Amino acid sequence: MALTINSSWAGEKEVTLILEGRLDTSTAPQLEKEIQGLDGVTCLRLDFEKLDYLSSAGLRVILIAQKKMNRCGEMIISHVNETIMEVFEVTGFVDILTIE
Amino acid sequence: MKSLTVPARVDQLDVVTEFINEELEKQDCSMKAQMQIAIAVEEIFVNIASYAYNPKDGDATILCEIGGNPLAVTIQFLDNGKPYNPLKKEDPDITLSAEEREIGGLGIFMVKKSMDSIDYQYVDGKNILTIKKNI
Repeated sequence: MALTINSSWAGEKEVTLILEGRLDTSTAPQLEKEIQGLDGVTCLRLDFEKLDYLSSAGLRVILIAQKKMNRCGEMIISHVNETIMEVFEVTGFVDILTIE
Repeated sequence: MKSLTVPARVDQLDVVTEFINEELEKQDCSMKAQMQIAIAVEEIFVNIASYAYNPKDGDATILCEIGGNPLAVTIQFLDNGKPYNPLKKEDPDITLSAEEREIGGLGIFMVKKSMDSIDYQYVDGKNILTIKKNI
């Protein structure tokens, strides 16, 4: 039970982080570290196609990322599965995130 | 009823999750219910691991039973730590903007929203939190 993060760059300022596995208490620090290292990025995309689990520890990091990107650009989350969408809906995160 | 006792430490989360998943996989449980139960287990266990005995060490016991009609999963968490009723925690305001938001309280809020019942008792020096979900 782990999280793999792959990144794909389009130029210097646009990056897609492709998450695979679980975003939970054990793995959330991995994503937090990755996001802290993204200085100068104006468009951050998070691809959730292969993400199959998200807890409040994961939401915490997503909120940190959203706040960071609100200051310097935009953040877009894509390919959110039904169960993870439910988590975003119950917690009101659907209203503060850009999900496509 | 199946039982598991582990040190109340965050690094034991995978062991706890695995224990519950093994029980759920014996049933025809939807992906959605399975994830909601896994989230509840994570939130509650991590809470115990972070606060119940801090700064000392202790154990947590997790009991799991699936049965009844309608079929339901009942999971009980027991620890000998400080008395703590997570149900008393105020629900977070989920209408605030990203900037105004605090993450605290979101975990237990998700548990309340997704389970059919959640009960807390403090008996003989033990915190006993019981969640139940129809599957």
